[in-house]
Amino acid sequence: MKLAEVREILKAEVLCGHERLSEEVNTACGADLMSDVLASKDEKSLLLTGLTNVQVVRTAEVLGDIICIVFVRGKEPGCEILEMADSASIVVMKTDYPLFIACGLLYKNGLNCGSDS
Amino acid sequence: MEFDVKARDFSSAGESSSAFRKTLLMLSVPSDIVRRASIAAYEAEMNIVIHSYGGKMHFEIYSDKIVIIAEDTGPGIKDLELAMTEGYSTAPKEVIEMGFGAGMGLPNMKRNADVMDIVNHDENGTKIVMTINI
Repeated sequence: MKLAEVREILKAEVLCGHERLSEEVNTACGADLMSDVLASKDEKSLLLTGLTNVQVVRTAEVLGDIICIVFVRGKEPGCEILEMADSASIVVMKTDYPLFIACGLLYKNGLNCGSDS
Repeated sequence: MEFDVKARDFSSAGESSSAFRKTLLMLSVPSDIVRRASIAAYEAEMNIVIHSYGGKMHFEIYSDKIVIIAEDTGPGIKDLELAMTEGYSTAPKEVIEMGFGAGMGLPNMKRNADVMDIVNHDENGTKIVMTINI
């Protein structure tokens, strides 16, 4: 699924990385525990979360295979987060949907999680 | 490579692991090895930030292996067996609100390293040595 489609499905606003919306994501992960994201066994190209702190971007950066972070429930990440994401080439979006619904909508539209599902 | 890690400095936590990861990528280390080493380093670095009074992350990169040494001053690990149990955590609420302290750190480090030795974990601090074969 292309990031542009993710944006459509989630009625999301792109906060940084507009130029990368044609990139594909194969899997997604919804979590507020970065420890869980780090313990995942498979690559997660898209991270949906309700946490808005710099460690979300750091986690994505360290894993190296998350190309997009979607902040749910209309949460607005700060400038520091967007700057860090931009320098790590990570696309950031925000959606008004809560985490459960956002994950459900993407799953219903064909996006799956990795082999640790 | 060696980096100082400050206790409770959440805004710069993970910077040494990030720099380490960039170096591994620059050296064309295979991506699965980079992923495992980066996760192990980041978990160790977060442990220093969360649980200690401060410490150091030390990275050694050889042609056949990567060695990560996380050393801190602090209270040490009181019950190592419990600390190695997934889900067991002594992290304060503020840390859990940051998305960490879920009791996955040490087990996740062990999972990603080929060898993990907890060299000491007494009241003077903790030293963890992890080796990842290339």
